[in-house]
Amino acid sequence: MRGDADRYKTFTRRATILLGGQVALMVVIAGRLYQLQVMDADRYATLADDNRINLQLLAPQRGRLVDRFGEPLAITRQNYRVMLVAEKAGKARASVEALSIVLQLSDTERTRLLREIERSRRFMPLLVRENLSWEDVARVEVNAPDLPGVSIEVGRSRFYPYGPMLSHTLGYVGAASEADQDGDPLLTLPNFPVGKDGIEKRHDLALRGEAGALEVEVNAVGRVVRELSREDGEPGREVALAIDLEVQRFAYERLGEESGSVVVLDVKTGEVLVMTSKPGFDPNHFTEGIKGEQWRALMRDPKAPLINKSIAGTYAPGSTFKMMVALAALEAGTANASNTVFCDGSYQFGDGTFHCWKKEGHGSLNMEGAIRHSCDVYFYETARRVGIDRIAAMAKRFGLGQLTGIDLPGERRGLVPTQEWKRATFGAPWHQGESLIAGIGQGFLLATPLQLAVMAARIANGGFSVKPRLTRGIKGIDPDEVAPVPAAEPLGISTPSLELVFRGMDGVVNVPGGTAYGARIVEPQWAMAGKTGTSQVRRITQRERDTGVLKNEELPWNQRDHALFVCFAPVDAPRYACAVIVEHGGGGSRVAAPIARDVMRLVQERESAKPRTPVAGGSGDAT
Amino acid sequence: MQRETFLGSGDLGSASLSWPEKIWHFRWLLVLLLCAVATIGFTTLYSAAGGSFEPWAVRQMTRFAVGLTIMTVVGVIDIRFWFKAAYVLYGFAMLLLAAVEVVGMGAMGAQRWLSLGFFQIQPSEVMKVALVMALARYFHGLGTEDVNRPVNLLAPIGMVLVPVALVMRQPDLGTAMMLMMAAAAMAFLAGLRVWVFGAAVAAVGALAPVAWEFMHDYQRRRILTFLDPERDPLGSGYHILQSKIALGSGGIFGKGYMEGTQSYLNFLPEKQTDFIFTMYAEEFGMIGGLVLVTLYLLIVVQGISVSLKSRSQFGRLLAAGLMALFFLYVFINVAMVMGVVPVVGVPLPLLSYGGTAMLTLMFSFGLVLSVSVHRDVRIGRRAIMDGL
Repeated sequence: MRGDADRYKTFTRRATILLGGQVALMVVIAGRLYQLQVMDADRYATLADDNRINLQLLAPQRGRLVDRFGEPLAITRQNYRVMLVAEKAGKARASVEALSIVLQLSDTERTRLLREIERSRRFMPLLVRENLSWEDVARVEVNAPDLPGVSIEVGRSRFYPYGPMLSHTLGYVGAASEADQDGDPLLTLPNFPVGKDGIEKRHDLALRGEAGALEVEVNAVGRVVRELSREDGEPGREVALAIDLEVQRFAYERLGEESGSVVVLDVKTGEVLVMTSKPGFDPNHFTEGIKGEQWRALMRDPKAPLINKSIAGTYAPGSTFKMMVALAALEAGTANASNTVFCDGSYQFGDGTFHCWKKEGHGSLNMEGAIRHSCDVYFYETARRVGIDRIAAMAKRFGLGQLTGIDLPGERRGLVPTQEWKRATFGAPWHQGESLIAGIGQGFLLATPLQLAVMAARIANGGFSVKPRLTRGIKGIDPDEVAPVPAAEPLGISTPSLELVFRGMDGVVNVPGGTAYGARIVEPQWAMAGKTGTSQVRRITQRERDTGVLKNEELPWNQRDHALFVCFAPVDAPRYACAVIVEHGGGGSRVAAPIARDVMRLVQERESAKPRTPVAGGSGDAT
Repeated sequence: MQRETFLGSGDLGSASLSWPEKIWHFRWLLVLLLCAVATIGFTTLYSAAGGSFEPWAVRQMTRFAVGLTIMTVVGVIDIRFWFKAAYVLYGFAMLLLAAVEVVGMGAMGAQRWLSLGFFQIQPSEVMKVALVMALARYFHGLGTEDVNRPVNLLAPIGMVLVPVALVMRQPDLGTAMMLMMAAAAMAFLAGLRVWVFGAAVAAVGALAPVAWEFMHDYQRRRILTFLDPERDPLGSGYHILQSKIALGSGGIFGKGYMEGTQSYLNFLPEKQTDFIFTMYAEEFGMIGGLVLVTLYLLIVVQGISVSLKSRSQFGRLLAAGLMALFFLYVFINVAMVMGVVPVVGVPLPLLSYGGTAMLTLMFSFGLVLSVSVHRDVRIGRRAIMDGL
């Protein structure tokens, strides 16, 4: 078979060629193996590590906030929460149904959970509910056999044990938003708390701490296989406030249902011992994520519970401003201790009639008497003589019309008008009648309770520019946990002028007939000096004066006068200054002064009862 | 001595041996090589399952055992039976392929599987072997001159293009390519002139844009990501990239048995099937890779050596054609996981977990053994005169 021999020859030749080609291709494969596994091995080894190693941040525990005696005001609390892992549950739907019976899940909670189960990876723990009560924890544990895949986890959440009492001062925390991002990787963690307001915001960096790092090996779907290394972070620092919790609590309760503010300062150091703003809100609602209806209720409340009235509520200072007018006039020489003004109940100026609060008049009064009786006519005359610009300059030296620089966000500066200010703002010249109105603390004037307390403190400490501060010290930064107090500058007010005003304020409280005599402190060593104020909210028309001015009780709440009182104590050697404002409370002497008395009495009682250095265990009982 | 005389003089040759004698005359080196490679496969599957025989290694071993039995039986059966059965088997494979078209089951977006109740088969795997058998029988009947008559090429072209068209519809680009390349290799071995192949390549090049139009999106994506795998590292390019990372990070000596991080942490897709070479080479490095590739090459050399010793054109074409097919499997798979050719879904013979591929593969090695045992059997050009 010749043909077959021919075919065999062809076949042999071609099979050899084919085999050669196959060997050649295998050499290509070997070459590629060499390229990948020898030449590029390092690059791919790095890529393989990038693949498998995942760096996780460890959230540090947020620092505590404590009062001046170490009493905790904001802590990080363990928080029990129920988690569900679909993978371990087997039938996740059945577990959800069982859970909804045990925990009485609402329909919305249940649908949210079922939706998350469908969307998430099966091994990811899903949050069912946070902040479980002990009863709920127990119920879940008891029913554990019927709840496959369900577990109780301990998380951390910020807790404010005193709720609304310190809400404005401490602020609150919430999950970091887009705007909060400052480059700290911690803020990218879900639900990592950052300070949103108050001290929590002011000292957020110190409180936050530093991130730890956990290196874990993960598989392709991100499940952690094992821990490779762990580097613990730095927990947040503890911040001590100047607040005295006991007095704060007392002031908060003493204000009762009123809307208003109490501020107590140390006149030498400027430390804020009390800062109350009522009504408050419960910051714990914010850390848990506030519900829409709660938020709307807070926003709608006419008493503005979200506003820190101590630093952001601005009020006409009323008669508490008269010290500024008196000092301006004394320093300018347009008034002195002995010259008198006769008050017959009203004051004629131009074609206007300016009324004194006392319709029948005070008769003849010198400055000391005018302060004691808060005579409006005396201060119309005094203000007219010294002029608005000099009054404004004096008010500014005492801290009005400008930021006090307190260590809190959201402070407002209030307003002290000048002629130039009015021209710039309204394009109209200043009327002297407006100086008269300013003389009794009305008109354009606006001040915050903190500013009024600072004003009182600067009178009390003999004219030094003390600055208020809430933070006593930060653990680990300030030696002995107390930050040094900067020396206060003298304001440059002559001592006789200050002493005259001082005597006037003493008389207001401690001389019979003084507007706050009824609210004096009877123990001589704690006696206080002060000044009442009533800030008019509405304009009283001539017709109303003719028919008889309506009593406050006859008016709707939001048209009643604000009651104000500023004071310091003890008179002999002033140590504390205080400002009280009760919104729409009526008269300063009747409403605000008694509150100030009680607060100032307690502050001094505690002062004498306990040493100034922090004591372990903190809060003593003060009655 | 007596037997030698008999073998030498008669056309029947070793056909008259008893079956134990035939087994005795098997190419035992080839069988040994197969067992060696399969053992590497079990080892790797054990590692792929995280150090467990379940679920893959133990089933693969069972299949290999069944495969060895099939191979033995097929190897003992007379070569003339396979000659006669070639067209029948081809027709059967065709029926199966057509059945997939009607009732096939989808996997990974493609319809490739046929369920036979307890058992699922992949008809395209069966077709590869059947096509080689049918073409071997067809070219057996043609002399060197006959092969180059255009009219004689119409039949084999049809025999290739019909299954190719069916496979493309599934769609299974890898198998279609392998069918065409195996057929081309056989035509080459049968003596088709070389310029014809050049012309064919040119024609394919011209038709490529047309083919592009008919491709599925995922096939186009595979080609595009093959050209630039890092184009979409989380999407289609993910497989190639992760496979290259696994191979590269294995280095010269590998990460050690059961230490392949890429495979263990599941970055490597399909590590027990198409990407098993990657897993193996991540753990055993370049050394391990070269050993395996060499073993494969030795198997091919053994097969070609069998074909060269056969006295029938059918036997030669069958053995060499099956080796060409086997080589294509190995080359395409390994080149694919290393990013040399597109990811087309071709398993690695004897290593990849998969039933049909293992059984058809062992069937084809049975055929090679049959060619080897019956190397002296002559088969007439046209008809079966010798009977069985």
